[in-house]
Amino acid sequence: MTDFVAPASTDDTPIEPTLPGGWELVVGLEVHVELDTATKLFCGCANQFGSEPNTNVCPTCLGLPGSLPVMNETAVALAMRLGRALGCDVNRSVMARKNYFYLDMPKDFQTTQYDQPTNSDGKIELGDGFVVGIERAHIEEDTGKSTHVGGGGRINDAEYSLVDYNRAGVPLVEIVSRPDVRTIEHAKAYVEELRGILLATGVSDARMEEGSMRVDANVSVRPHGSDELRTRCEIKNINSVRSLGRAIDYEARRHIDLWTNAGAPDQETRHWDEEGGRTTSGRSKEDADDYRYFQEPDLVPLEPSSEEIAAIDASMPMLPAARRAALLAASDADADAIGILVERGQDELAMVAIDSGADGDKVVTRLVNDLAVDDWSNVTAESFTALIQMESAGDLSATQAKQVLGDLIEKGGDPAALAAARGFEAMDTGELESLVDQLIADHPDEWSRFSRGDDGDRKKMQGFFTGQIMKATQGQADGKAVAQLLAQKSA
Amino acid sequence: MTALEIAAAVRAGERSAVDVLNEHLARIDDRDGELNAFNVVTADAARAEAEGVDAAVAAGDDPGPLAGVPLALKDNMCTRGIPTTCSSKILEGWQPPYDATVVTRLRAAGAVAVGKTNLDEFAMGSSTENSAFGPTRNPLDISRVPGGSSGGTAASVAANFTPLGIGSDTGGSIRQPAAFCGVVGMKPTYGVVSRYGLIAFASSLDQIGPFANSVADAAAMFDVIAGPDPLDSTSIRDYSPDASAVLDRGVDGLRVGVIRELSGGEGSVDGLSADVLARTNEAVEVLRAAGAIVSEVSVPSATLGLSAYYLVAPAEASSNLARYDGVRYGLRVDAPTTGEMNTASRTAGFGPEVKRRIMLGTYALSAGYYDAFYGKALKVRTMMLRDFAQAYENVDVLVTPTAPTTAFRLGERTADPMTMYVNDVCTIPSNLTGHPGISVPFGVGDDGMPVGVQVLAPALGDELTFQVAAVLEATASGGVS
Repeated sequence: MTDFVAPASTDDTPIEPTLPGGWELVVGLEVHVELDTATKLFCGCANQFGSEPNTNVCPTCLGLPGSLPVMNETAVALAMRLGRALGCDVNRSVMARKNYFYLDMPKDFQTTQYDQPTNSDGKIELGDGFVVGIERAHIEEDTGKSTHVGGGGRINDAEYSLVDYNRAGVPLVEIVSRPDVRTIEHAKAYVEELRGILLATGVSDARMEEGSMRVDANVSVRPHGSDELRTRCEIKNINSVRSLGRAIDYEARRHIDLWTNAGAPDQETRHWDEEGGRTTSGRSKEDADDYRYFQEPDLVPLEPSSEEIAAIDASMPMLPAARRAALLAASDADADAIGILVERGQDELAMVAIDSGADGDKVVTRLVNDLAVDDWSNVTAESFTALIQMESAGDLSATQAKQVLGDLIEKGGDPAALAAARGFEAMDTGELESLVDQLIADHPDEWSRFSRGDDGDRKKMQGFFTGQIMKATQGQADGKAVAQLLAQKSA
Repeated sequence: MTALEIAAAVRAGERSAVDVLNEHLARIDDRDGELNAFNVVTADAARAEAEGVDAAVAAGDDPGPLAGVPLALKDNMCTRGIPTTCSSKILEGWQPPYDATVVTRLRAAGAVAVGKTNLDEFAMGSSTENSAFGPTRNPLDISRVPGGSSGGTAASVAANFTPLGIGSDTGGSIRQPAAFCGVVGMKPTYGVVSRYGLIAFASSLDQIGPFANSVADAAAMFDVIAGPDPLDSTSIRDYSPDASAVLDRGVDGLRVGVIRELSGGEGSVDGLSADVLARTNEAVEVLRAAGAIVSEVSVPSATLGLSAYYLVAPAEASSNLARYDGVRYGLRVDAPTTGEMNTASRTAGFGPEVKRRIMLGTYALSAGYYDAFYGKALKVRTMMLRDFAQAYENVDVLVTPTAPTTAFRLGERTADPMTMYVNDVCTIPSNLTGHPGISVPFGVGDDGMPVGVQVLAPALGDELTFQVAAVLEATASGGVS
């Protein structure tokens, strides 16, 4: 079989709900996340990324003969927490064995959940209100990691393979969405939203680059307006949200091409080739999988009590959607800007500042523009609020406030002290007025254009006078106060 | 000397554990060449353990209730640094880095492990003929099998190589060889003895239990190995039995049931031989004479046990034995690709019976066959639990033959697997239900070989099985037949 070649996707151009030729995109997402536990799912080995190969291993996670699994209760608690955050029912659940041979899977079966998953029937509401259904979020163990050396770098043509079992038995939850997504933007937004929920609940550090969050996309297309589900392909090896968009775009176009020119695509697993910008066939049809699932006899069913579930609900932090809604209600700021703050986890700074009386829109804008840094751990809600208050009281100009915020990011502390250290002091209104009077006297032409000119002139000249004042005061003057004085004097 | 007599003498400082050990090692040296009960005898490690026991006694410490008692371990129990083979070529050269929980507990009780005993490969069989290391022979008649799969342990105890032995029972693998060799063998309630370190055959059925020459010795050993273990999730949390304490309670007023479907009469499964049924009936009469109230009960699903078992056990085995793929340990037969290496290693490493069961189990779990086979077997299991629960509403224990016949001759049943499989018809139900059962010698058959009678009880009725067996043992050793 020859793979569809080009037109390879070269950018993030989204496929809109109605595709060329009247096609519609149908995407379901399967996201694996590593749970943020100290130890693995069935043994006491460290759940740690980046250790020397095969150092976090024991008889159980190596699947040695005679070893038995013991369920990690923290992992179960985190999985149920995620389930509740996704609005799922948390069920009595059982572990199952998924049987297949692979060298990085020590028991040659994966302990997972099959027909009785821990969480089922939830949803994620995206920033624009679009709802993606969650079919299930089940617990399973991770596999080891193999590196195929020599040959073509694949298992069957390599000279040899190296296997690291550190990851074997690391606890995962697989979140399976319903095939509700119709656009690339929603697919990406879904992953971002899920990531936000994982971080907010402390369930996972959700780092795609370290593999603690892995996204597979089930992609198919259908004639627009139809409600059928056509042959889908599962795209693996997607390493970023951007790649997700490119992979879906490529795969949808490949399907449309096949349906138009050749007939049905094969149902198969395909790999995203980041450099080539295309997907390639993974497994051949002859290996059609029959995993021979059956209930894991070495573990007992998980039976959460209603008290346990109530306790999870009671300890649930505010989730991104609710935080966005709260900040929107409090600030009336731009929804996109609010989304950015919630994603960065800076919405609490904004809420505290707004509660203290600061202008919502201004606070949000300030944070979006001036706190776009990776490490803002030195900025507390209290110090940020104090800074905003100093600015609105006129104790600091906008420029000065920005500089003090820079100091806050760098070293933290009290903004008043930081401002004083920089020599920023509030300028006396009288002093400012005499400066303005002097300027007017020195620039009569400009003044007449300001006081008698049209709107364009007035705007230009306001900029001129404000600039001169700032220059004379080395940025210490409050721009608002200057504007007020100019307006008064021209009235 | 019984195990309890040895332990008492060693604890009192009257006998040295090293002397006891040497005496038993001499018997092994003398006769194991013909019996082939042991895959490996760890004489040096055993001497070191025995010296440790003697040192403890000398220091005034109590080495435990089984002080200095030589012990045989079925070679599917993991022993740190000692080869553990399951009598399979596939585990060639593998030494576990850890001890099974039962091994740890027995050692802590002062028992001295002398070696690892032969078994049907991965415990799959009823005669110990399916061993990569050759068959074990019955000490009472070396032309006959010792039963299986724990045939090596049964032979070791019957030949007095060791007063105590450890076996595992998935479908009768303790009770049937105990019956064939004329010793006591007991399968506890599922979850009473930790399976940690037992190399799995069928995880939902496997259970470890004791072999001994007397009910009291078996009870003492059971008391040591029973009890919760955090390393086994299926271990029962709040049950720490004391079987030794109930042995003299008798059966007066106890309600004893005979299962119609395993009685040889109308509605019974076929193939139960007349001499075995006669001994079983005599055993029931002994209990009646001792004050028990006897009645017949029906367990209709008992006739389906064999079929259900030969779906559930192979299904689980097909998954449990997948890990022997040549990648990490044991036998590896090199081949150009990983997949071919897996196949070559498994083809060379597994014997025919293991392959047969892996095939059966893989098929039973396959898409399109699951409902008809594995799914149906699970339903039988549920039915059987219900049927036994109903039976136990009217009786306290059930008495059946342990095996349909006495020990058969080597090679007699290897040609047709089905004739071998029916050996387990009386023992399999308690594996499917998880209930306890004990086999106690009760007279001999027409061929002069021992007959075992089985006492079954509901879940956690482990102590009761010992209590009833003690009554039968007292009469049997008085020479009923």
